[in-house]
Amino acid sequence: MGGGFQGTERYVATPELTAAVNAAVILSRPLLIKGEPGTGKTLLASEIATSLAKPLFEWHIKSTTKAQQGLYEYDAVSRLRDSQLGDARVKDIHNYIVKGDLWEAFDSDVQPVLLIDEIDKADIEFPNDLLRELDRMEFYVYETRQTVRAKHRPIIIITSNNEKELPDAFLRRCFFHYIRFPDEATMTHIVDVHFPGLKRELVREALAAFFALRETPGLKKKPTTSELLDWIKLLVAEDIAPEALRGTDSRSLIPPLHGALLKNEQDLHLFEQLVFLNRRNAR
Amino acid sequence: MLVKFFFLLRGAGVPASIPEFLTLLEALAAGLADASAERFYHLARTCLVKDERHYDRFDRAFAAHFKGVEDAFSLPPADLPADWLAKLAEKHLSAEEKARIAALGGWEKLMQTLRERLAEQKGRHQGGDKWVGTAGTSPYGAYGYNPEGVRIGQDQSRHRRAVKVWDRREFANLDDDVELGTRNMKLALRKLRRFARRGAAEELALADTIDATARAGGWLEVKMVPERRNLVKVLLLLDIGGSMDDHVRASAELFSAARSEFKHLEQFYFHNMPYERLWRDNRRRGGTEVPTFEVMRTYAADYRLIIVGDATMSPYEVSHAGASVEHWNAESGEAWLRRLLNAYPHHAWINPQARPLWEETPSIALVRALLESRMYPLTLAGLDDAIAELV
Repeated sequence: MGGGFQGTERYVATPELTAAVNAAVILSRPLLIKGEPGTGKTLLASEIATSLAKPLFEWHIKSTTKAQQGLYEYDAVSRLRDSQLGDARVKDIHNYIVKGDLWEAFDSDVQPVLLIDEIDKADIEFPNDLLRELDRMEFYVYETRQTVRAKHRPIIIITSNNEKELPDAFLRRCFFHYIRFPDEATMTHIVDVHFPGLKRELVREALAAFFALRETPGLKKKPTTSELLDWIKLLVAEDIAPEALRGTDSRSLIPPLHGALLKNEQDLHLFEQLVFLNRRNAR
Repeated sequence: MLVKFFFLLRGAGVPASIPEFLTLLEALAAGLADASAERFYHLARTCLVKDERHYDRFDRAFAAHFKGVEDAFSLPPADLPADWLAKLAEKHLSAEEKARIAALGGWEKLMQTLRERLAEQKGRHQGGDKWVGTAGTSPYGAYGYNPEGVRIGQDQSRHRRAVKVWDRREFANLDDDVELGTRNMKLALRKLRRFARRGAAEELALADTIDATARAGGWLEVKMVPERRNLVKVLLLLDIGGSMDDHVRASAELFSAARSEFKHLEQFYFHNMPYERLWRDNRRRGGTEVPTFEVMRTYAADYRLIIVGDATMSPYEVSHAGASVEHWNAESGEAWLRRLLNAYPHHAWINPQARPLWEETPSIALVRALLESRMYPLTLAGLDDAIAELV
């Protein structure tokens, strides 16, 4: 396809992902991205913006976020206050309409990329409140009686961590892609991209240790790509020899600097127990 | 040619709609597939599938269509051989279960329902719990039955919903999956979210502002109230195994609805009655047991305790020590339940068992007495009542 999004120097995109992104860009439909944490969902939008040289707008959703806040907010309190102080600004209601992220994106002079991050954090009605806005790329401002239309339909990337089911009507309007956890080949590629010139051996050993750790049954939170990258950064900084990562010596079964990979007490505890059992069996 | 594919997809349980199909055609017209089968596959999946749980169905339908093999999906619901099913059921149902079938309108009625479900399935896919699976080579798997409906499942594991078994292949994390049809229940559960007002000032308190302004002789005095935060904490105890098997689907729906509604939701499992140990994992394997005392220590009294169980067991399990069906319990179920109820003043027991059966089952009556009637049926109305009690 020549042009379009192909991943960037720092972001490895699988063919599936690039196909989904390009379809969303060309048909200007929002793209809903799900996947395990740490697989680069949020990063995707900024990488698309970089790669296609478009401005990026980010709207991070919290549990208290309302759809209206993405459009605009009318600051009635300031206006009241100004009216008492006799400020001249008070005559014009436009001075008190605060634009939201969606409006900013609609206003952009070139086609922008808009990230709606973690949409599942919001109330269950949130996606429904955005249906028309995402469909028609326009909304109505009651206070000023104007309709805001997108100058260019933004490329919208929506991420979800699956904490809530999204309504069907909303899903129908989106493209969907689930980022799978990378396999070993892709992972090697990702590590290469982030740490060029790293010793092959270290990469191989680190990945082997990493995937073995992910296989450990019962882990509350499996280490993810971003944690792997942090860990490798540490390994490099501490100048750990590849041999130290190999599990043949039973004393070194716990990978060095494992704190970067296992993020909670129970997991660490579980892992240490397993290692202990292993060691006893080996004896 | 793609119309056929589209219907095959829907037949396979991918809930794709017409606008989505048209979008795919639009994408093809825009040259996005680029005459590459693989790209077409990715493109079609992006357009038509909106949930990773359906990826597997899509994959199978795709393979079937483009290899010209359709037999795996052509379910002939109309001519389901009745005696074949009956024979199968003979093999799998215990005498007790058969008695229950008789109580619920008999075998004929059950089969009638089953046939209707299958006919419906041909036309459209309606919710995960009705679908008839085609995993593997045979469309008919093991046969399962519960009072809320008929399930046909292949290799159904006891504590998971039947429909999940096929979906598990690569993508699903079952416990967090939410079934279609939980939305009603979600709405009821939302009532539980009490927006306790604590935290930083954020919202305009209109009444206060008017009042303060009037007192200040018309000089505007803005008053704010704290932002709303969802502070409801829930400790959920789910009964599994044994007599609860019939209710697994209903309980699981409640569970998945609850999971998405609360910030602080801790769930544990027990069997029949909560004794000295609860467990985290419903498969009850691999060191997930937690002493009940530890649970009570860990979660403060401001947690709302919701117990979901049918309370259907031997009455001795409630009243006597050592009566648990699976281990020696030093103290009776009653003692433990009282302890829990004391530790959590806000509590409710939700019972999936049909209400008319409550009076007839001695153990339910016992447990209900312990709860001082704070037992509610697993229906929308029952949940409403339970929630009114909890808040």
